[in-house]
Amino acid sequence: MELLLRMQNISKSFGTNQVLREVQFELRAGEVHALIGENGAGKSTLMKILMGIYSADSGRITVFGKEQTFESPSQALHAKVAMIHQELNPIMELSVAENIFMGKEERRGIFVDKKKQEEKTREYLGMLGVEIPPGTLMKELNVSEMQMVEIAKALSYGARIIIMDEPTSAITDSEVEKLFGNIRKLKEQGAGIVYISHKMNELFEISDRITVFRDGQYTVTAETKNVTPQRLIKAMVGREINEIYPEHKSHAGETLLSVKNAGREGEFKDISFELHRGEKLGIAGLMGAGRTELVMALFGARKLTGGSVEIKGEAVDIRTPRDAIRRKIALVTEDRKLYGLNLIGCVGDNIVSVVERKYSKGIFHNRRKCNGLAEDMVKRLSIKVTGIRQITGSLSGGNQQKVVLAKWLLNEPDIIIFDEPTRGIDVGAKTEIYKIIEELACEGKGIIIISSEMPELIGLSHRMIVLHEGRMTGGLDIDELTQENIMTLASGCGKGDA
Amino acid sequence: MVVLIIVMSVMSPTFFTSRNLLNVVKQASITSIIGVGMTFVLITGGIDLSVGSVMALSGTLAASVAAADKNLPVFAAILAGAGLGTLCGLINGIGVSYIGFPPFIMTLGMMTIARGIPLVYTNGTPIFGLSDSFNALANSRLLGIPTLVYYMVVFSAAGYIILSRTVLGRQIYGIGGNEEAARLSGVATAKLKMLVYVFSGFLSGIAGILICSRITSGNGTVAQGYEMNAISAAVIGGVSMTGGYGSVLGMVVGAMILTIIQNSFDIMGVNSFYQDIIKGIIILLAVFLDLRGKKK
Repeated sequence: MELLLRMQNISKSFGTNQVLREVQFELRAGEVHALIGENGAGKSTLMKILMGIYSADSGRITVFGKEQTFESPSQALHAKVAMIHQELNPIMELSVAENIFMGKEERRGIFVDKKKQEEKTREYLGMLGVEIPPGTLMKELNVSEMQMVEIAKALSYGARIIIMDEPTSAITDSEVEKLFGNIRKLKEQGAGIVYISHKMNELFEISDRITVFRDGQYTVTAETKNVTPQRLIKAMVGREINEIYPEHKSHAGETLLSVKNAGREGEFKDISFELHRGEKLGIAGLMGAGRTELVMALFGARKLTGGSVEIKGEAVDIRTPRDAIRRKIALVTEDRKLYGLNLIGCVGDNIVSVVERKYSKGIFHNRRKCNGLAEDMVKRLSIKVTGIRQITGSLSGGNQQKVVLAKWLLNEPDIIIFDEPTRGIDVGAKTEIYKIIEELACEGKGIIIISSEMPELIGLSHRMIVLHEGRMTGGLDIDELTQENIMTLASGCGKGDA
Repeated sequence: MVVLIIVMSVMSPTFFTSRNLLNVVKQASITSIIGVGMTFVLITGGIDLSVGSVMALSGTLAASVAAADKNLPVFAAILAGAGLGTLCGLINGIGVSYIGFPPFIMTLGMMTIARGIPLVYTNGTPIFGLSDSFNALANSRLLGIPTLVYYMVVFSAAGYIILSRTVLGRQIYGIGGNEEAARLSGVATAKLKMLVYVFSGFLSGIAGILICSRITSGNGTVAQGYEMNAISAAVIGGVSMTGGYGSVLGMVVGAMILTIIQNSFDIMGVNSFYQDIIKGIIILLAVFLDLRGKKK
């Protein structure tokens, strides 16, 4: 069979973080080749390298028998290589036809030939069996329809390599069927599809071959008919947990937080769990499972639309972050830059931002007290700064994370939620953060941890709940915390199914 | 600014006389007062284009109060002008914080409306015959120093203290630095954002009264382009247009620099058209130096 794509020995680093290590991947005409691995395994990065969004540090890329590297997505598109991103990025205020022809408009003189564009659009959409009037604005479409438009766009370039990054993460089952129908059609026409997904059952339904990445490394490629889900999961997670996690020393005490049937429309539903003093509860799930949404709602940053929350046996209604702060909840957010820190402000100001109201003298900012508090925190968490007036944005990721932590610890919270506490920070800083988390648990605080890094989650948690597409698929106790068990629940199978 | 003062002193002997320097401060006074409000708004990441028009609106109302009954205490006129300015600011604040208008649009609308109302009200003719006490507000001296200088010192100092010493002030920087992070830290971001527009409106009201007192008439066409003076002063003084950064002190220095340039060109007899060109270049230069500094 004709080989459409061969990528050999591709390596890529972002700063000091090596995300791809000499990986390989190939795609034949008329096949669906699934690329799987945990979050951060390097799947999307590899495909973005192919598309010219990133450039590889080393390695060879052969497309349609010719060794070439694309400089930009548009160059890749014109060379008949298209990618349907997980987060679709259409221009909402333009029509379907205008989106498809963006950058290669049909012209008549200096004018856009709208009629011709719409005719051709109808033709492409027809090939996919979709009936959307070409003049419809993108914002009027649902996610699945937008996806079809993206595929139509790929067709309009005559794409023969089509990459789909988690195409089913936001569409319904019947829409998935339709998508699969179209994928099969594209296959018959000789195109090759790279299919990135987390969902086991889909892989077995649609793919011909499967390649597994783990930690930026290639592990195995197999014919789909020759493998089992268990083997794949093992290939995805099969590594030793490093001995960097502190021993569990804390013990669970009285109940701090009790959540019953919590739900938020379109995001998650029927989530119930309890958190005790001194306990570290992990929340596992794949991207888009609703983990961040759940904790944001518990913190009052968004509103719960169902269920009830009790803190220390008392029913509470947390509507704003202020309420949460008063109830002694802290949220160390997933994205420091977006939600956690004022990067252009100084370290001291960030550290006292939660508590400065408490220590004010009348309306006046109590500078001496606040500076003292900030200095103490810098020492206690050994944050590496030149002084508390240093601009926060100039710190390393690990130290920035400690600043976020410091800001919350000053409020002496009972419940601390860590959402991806070690994202983007190096191993040394990670170990320090783990130690701090363990110390907090020993002080009797209740800890909730979200992490996409499975070993981290296992290493830190006493207990875990697993979410899949906004639902709780199960809970795991400390002796059940294995990557296989988590992956099984996280990909939507019940306990014992796999 | 020091460099500028030295250069000007060398080039023009009349510049460095105490009389002329006081004159500079006096000229910078009104710009500085609205500049304080502008600094607050800019630090939250917003902008207030309506200050010049709100000055005209509140000044006209204050003047008409002062002209209506000469025996009314001047306090009544001040209250009316400052009150109306505050109301305009409140409308801006609600529009931005609770309805969700972009600050540029909300205050652009207010700028146009607040310019139109006094023109309609006075039918385009200035109000003369204001009470003496009203005229004295901006045209008298205390201990040999023009009263305008005192106003500037009082409002700048108040602004400086609020911004750098109060919790409110710290939170205003927090909003400009990262609004979402501030909200998640328990800051009442919407309320605070509204308050900065209220404050800017209040100061515009005060400045409107002062400018009408100074020219001894109420007039809907006064203070044209003052919003740009206030923004220029802030930007030259290092206040960030994207929020989170800047100080009242810097803004005052910016206002001084603008005035010194104008003053010295006046002394040297440079055509006022050239003054505009130079002003523009200085704004760009100030921000350019700021950008260069930040990259390091």
